[in-house]
Amino acid sequence: MSSDIHTTRRLVPVGRPRIYWTMADALVLARRHLVQIPRIPEELIFSTIQPVMFVLLFRYVFGGAIAVSGVSYVNYLMAGIFVQTVIFGSTSTGIGLATDLQKGLVDRFRSLPMAKSAVLTGRTISDIVRNTFVVIIMWIVGVLVGFRPEGSVLAWIAAIGILLLSSFAFSWISATIGMAVSTVEAAQSAGFIWLFPLTFASSAFVPTSSMPGPLRVFAEHQPVSLLVNAVRGLLLNQPDASTIWQALAWCVGILIVFIPLAVWTYGRRIAR
Amino acid sequence: MANKPAILAEGLHKYYGKTHALDGLDLIAEEGSVLGVLGPNGAGKTTAVRILTTLLKPDKGHAEVAGLDVVKHADILRARIGLTGQYAAVDENLTGYENLKMFGQLYHLSGATAKQRANELLERFELVEAARRTVKTYSGGMRRRLDLAASLIMSPPILFLDEPTTGLDPRGRLAMWEVISNLVADGTTVLLTTQYLEEADQLASQIAVVDHGRVIAKGTADELKIQVGGERLELTLAPGGDLNAALQAVRAYSSGDIHIDSEHRHLAVPVTQGAQQLAAVVRDLDAAHIPLADLALRRPTLDDVFLSLTGHAAEAEPEVEEVQTSQPLARSAR
Repeated sequence: MSSDIHTTRRLVPVGRPRIYWTMADALVLARRHLVQIPRIPEELIFSTIQPVMFVLLFRYVFGGAIAVSGVSYVNYLMAGIFVQTVIFGSTSTGIGLATDLQKGLVDRFRSLPMAKSAVLTGRTISDIVRNTFVVIIMWIVGVLVGFRPEGSVLAWIAAIGILLLSSFAFSWISATIGMAVSTVEAAQSAGFIWLFPLTFASSAFVPTSSMPGPLRVFAEHQPVSLLVNAVRGLLLNQPDASTIWQALAWCVGILIVFIPLAVWTYGRRIAR
Repeated sequence: MANKPAILAEGLHKYYGKTHALDGLDLIAEEGSVLGVLGPNGAGKTTAVRILTTLLKPDKGHAEVAGLDVVKHADILRARIGLTGQYAAVDENLTGYENLKMFGQLYHLSGATAKQRANELLERFELVEAARRTVKTYSGGMRRRLDLAASLIMSPPILFLDEPTTGLDPRGRLAMWEVISNLVADGTTVLLTTQYLEEADQLASQIAVVDHGRVIAKGTADELKIQVGGERLELTLAPGGDLNAALQAVRAYSSGDIHIDSEHRHLAVPVTQGAQQLAAVVRDLDAAHIPLADLALRRPTLDDVFLSLTGHAAEAEPEVEEVQTSQPLARSAR
């Protein structure tokens, strides 16, 4: 009865270069997260309901009182909604990591001969896929309430590209937070709190021109506004190269700072 | 490797701030043996396991597993050891099969081998029926079995089990003991930490008693028990039995001081050849017409061992419900 614990076959790891396993391990873990999405439908539903509520709230409740020049408010609004959706969605990266740490899964992963980085990259990759899906849903919701994007499909694809890059960038901030705090609950609230001023004191829902001096300076230069403006330009056939470059620079800058920071936080966390 | 111990730790130190989680811990386990690391909560058991499984670096000292240095050769070592921690470290939202396949892939087995191995292990651990259900629906015992299966994917020659039965019901515990015994019969070297004295007694060939980050006693279960004073014949006379007459009758068999409790007509007689002497004592008392209410040969339990070694009972400290994060995990191990 006990003889079949040890298989007679030789269990030999496949020999491949390190870089191959860095990618392959990340994909194995990304897949792990993705197959779970349909199993916990409520998670996806609730992460979609929130932006849908924002669409309805701003389209029908506040929208009438917000003056934007040149475009309909719903067309103005959707870029803000898209950016808000992917940025809020990125908080799931940190929450997921905090959960894995809490459940001891990270310890198991670390006791395996796998690429260490995969625990982080697997999450951020799967969150991009998830966010793509949510953006598509929001796009459909937008069209239903009167959103009519203008310009070329190529520009729209570029806009979606920027959204996914920002999702990826903010995921690394979220990952850093998730590993810096000690509980899942803390990861949940710490992941969100700072996003509120960033998304509302921005051009996401209202033009910054109505804001008082210092706030306006902040709102016009912070990453969320630049991302929103870049995406808005691309969706409404008014692309502005300089805004797009600044938005991309923010994403790249965030990645340059937060990938090493997340890795460092991870190393510190697991050394305890 | 043949001449080297499978697990060797020498003078391990680990500090958390001012706390000494490990304070010069030495451990040794020969190939194919089961080393039981026994100690209360906070004795340093988990910290030791985390160091030996490359999860944590010691601040001082040296450790080798399978002849490989746990710090310098951590990467190679990981493919040769299995670890089952205090809680089932499996993904609740994946099925049992998906969990095992994923871990197989992360061990860098080919896709086909990972699948095949997953199926083998599911069968071995009687999880075939639950294989396609998410782990969320599993009982505690099933989760532990799946967790253990995950540690056995590479058929590691050395297995670390950190409190493998904590939180299981008695049936789950017995099932786990059987699984572990089978592994050992197959030649796996096992390091097992436990707070349960009975568990170490049942499974371990060698026991290291750990307290405050240090080994305070080691040996086989029997050796440790002898340290506390070996076997005792305990007899209780029926009402009206003459205690002095009984004392005269058993004195010849005693290997030390007889403990007398006249109020309860109770004698505790240290003996060296318990079973034979038990029969002789029964004959003698019967011949002397001394009526017995109870007669037992009692071997000291590891509880007695712990009490006599540390001055406090093994389970005296309250069992703190451990918050499941890797930080308190390390903290709880101090």
